[in-house]
Amino acid sequence: MDHGQTGPSGEQLLEMYRQMVLCRTLDERVWMLNRQGKAAIVASAQGHEACQIGSVHALRPGSDLFYTNYRDLAVLLSLGMTPGEVMLGFLAREGEQMSGARQFPLHGAYPKLGVVNLSNVVGTQLPQAVGAALASRMRGEDTVVIVYFGDGASSVGECHEAMNFAGVHRLPVIFFCENNGYAISVPRHLQMAVEHVAARAEGYGMPGVVVDGCDAAAVYEATSEAASRARSGRGPTLIEAMVERYLPHTSDDDDRRYRNAGEIEAARKRDPLRILRERLLGTGVLSEDADETLYAEARRVVDEATELAESASYPGLDGFYDHVYADQTGGAPSP
Amino acid sequence: MIEAVRDAIREELARDERVFVLGEDVGRRGGVFLATDGFIEEFGENRIIDTPLAEASIAGIALGAALNGMRPIAEIQFADFIWPTFNQLLGEAAKARYGSNGKVSAPLVARTPYGGGVRGGLYHSQNVEAFFAHSPGLKVVAPATPYDAKGLLKSAVRDDDPVVFLEHKRTYRLVRGQVPDEEYTVPIGEAEVKIEGSHVSVITYGLMVHHCAEAARNLAQDDISVELVDLRTLAPMDRATVIDSVKKTGKALVVHEDTRTGGLGGEVAAVIAEEAFDHLDGPVVRLAGPDVPAMPFSPPLEAEFMLNTEKISAAIRRLASY
Repeated sequence: MDHGQTGPSGEQLLEMYRQMVLCRTLDERVWMLNRQGKAAIVASAQGHEACQIGSVHALRPGSDLFYTNYRDLAVLLSLGMTPGEVMLGFLAREGEQMSGARQFPLHGAYPKLGVVNLSNVVGTQLPQAVGAALASRMRGEDTVVIVYFGDGASSVGECHEAMNFAGVHRLPVIFFCENNGYAISVPRHLQMAVEHVAARAEGYGMPGVVVDGCDAAAVYEATSEAASRARSGRGPTLIEAMVERYLPHTSDDDDRRYRNAGEIEAARKRDPLRILRERLLGTGVLSEDADETLYAEARRVVDEATELAESASYPGLDGFYDHVYADQTGGAPSP
Repeated sequence: MIEAVRDAIREELARDERVFVLGEDVGRRGGVFLATDGFIEEFGENRIIDTPLAEASIAGIALGAALNGMRPIAEIQFADFIWPTFNQLLGEAAKARYGSNGKVSAPLVARTPYGGGVRGGLYHSQNVEAFFAHSPGLKVVAPATPYDAKGLLKSAVRDDDPVVFLEHKRTYRLVRGQVPDEEYTVPIGEAEVKIEGSHVSVITYGLMVHHCAEAARNLAQDDISVELVDLRTLAPMDRATVIDSVKKTGKALVVHEDTRTGGLGGEVAAVIAEEAFDHLDGPVVRLAGPDVPAMPFSPPLEAEFMLNTEKISAAIRRLASY
């Protein structure tokens, strides 16, 4: 998937679009299950799909490392997590891959996909990603580590510490900020005194790039360039992908308390699926019929995933005390 | 003691190329207590990393490297500065294995000098062990002797789980002891009966092991027989050794320099109450630092905070005569 600094081919864009359609269909289904009382929580990727999928396609899944953010369903799908696995997580069922359903959906680790460790604590993944890059470089690997985070996480002290260290040691890290303008309810102008997170990059001795996060091709190009820099020993890059969050922060949030309907309608106009669809239709890579087929196939896959998860049982209690320690000292119930 | 720590790190660096050191002033300076003296010359700046002054990321970078196949030893210069690492050590490292259902391991060591009696004042004297020992998933080790420090630190580096390794500053130069030339380790999770006795079990760790041992020797002259248990590992705690000792003596005094409320002594006392109640011939007693926010600087104020052999001896006498 790594094509240097050239733009993505029509074929690549079509594959990105297919993944975006799948992600959107799955995401919408999870919301439905949430409103039915079946999925306890969802932090939606809607509006973020292009930047997540565009960035993954510019990297090397299988050898590069991905420190995801909590809103990164599209990253995980693009890396190869199956909709069935995703749905097992949202319904907290036996067989969930990332945490054994101990954590919120999409949290935990998926080492086979290069997904290392994600907790619920915003910003903690940033220094860990830097440490992962340090380790890879010590071993002489050409791994790139991408770490996704939101505009809210950019305010966390560890974000500064992580970027500073990566800059000092010119580590192969891509700091990928998905800036949707809100940290739950707190808008950008209360989060920072500058227009862009990327403006801080200069203070860490790395390039800061602002890119339209609703444009998969633009994100692909920016990420390709950052990966090329990282792999050639020229150090980290801060990419700020400007995206829209037109749904509440999570299914437990009520965004009517802090956003007006007009603002949300305007945000919806920047729907990344619509933007890429029009581009692909315009260039003849996609036809209306093929588009309908893509959606029908996504619905079929998501139906299957839903059935799989709904028919799965909850985790048993046999393993409740497992994996406290490697050698299982401690962690046992009191006598 | 500091030599034992240094030797353990050097031997592990030489043994396993996945091991590296990061922290403030660990390079040219060799660490403020010289735990890494000469290492940057011996192992190079790729493995002995002088970090920016930023504890949260020292822990976070160590964790990221550990999750990616390395065995980092992070030095937190003073335990008093360890609070910013809570997010990474308690929030992340302790939960990485459990939170991934066993898919990942976080084999890091966070070493830190702790404890008082060194004219360190409020911010160079603190005891931090109770906070970490409360967090399943972490191991917490607090050796008292050079032999244990070296053997336990080597075990910590080789352990597949995160270990907070607490080195009492006052033991660094005060405590001397034999350390064999040949390779050895001391297992994490095992307490040790340092002195056998029959009247009172004294359960402690760190610097207080030495004060308690001195008290035990003094009291032997008055025919009070003290059994001294050095916990060595605070989490997961070796309950069996504690229980066995109390079953033998029927009396238990728990001693620590850390402040009293919510300290490890409460946990030890609870374990004894739950598992050895029928064997007790007296109350389980805690002797601990006073409940003030931290250890003051001026000598008489510091002395008031610190436990010593006399205070410990008096507490043992009271309990023995109960």
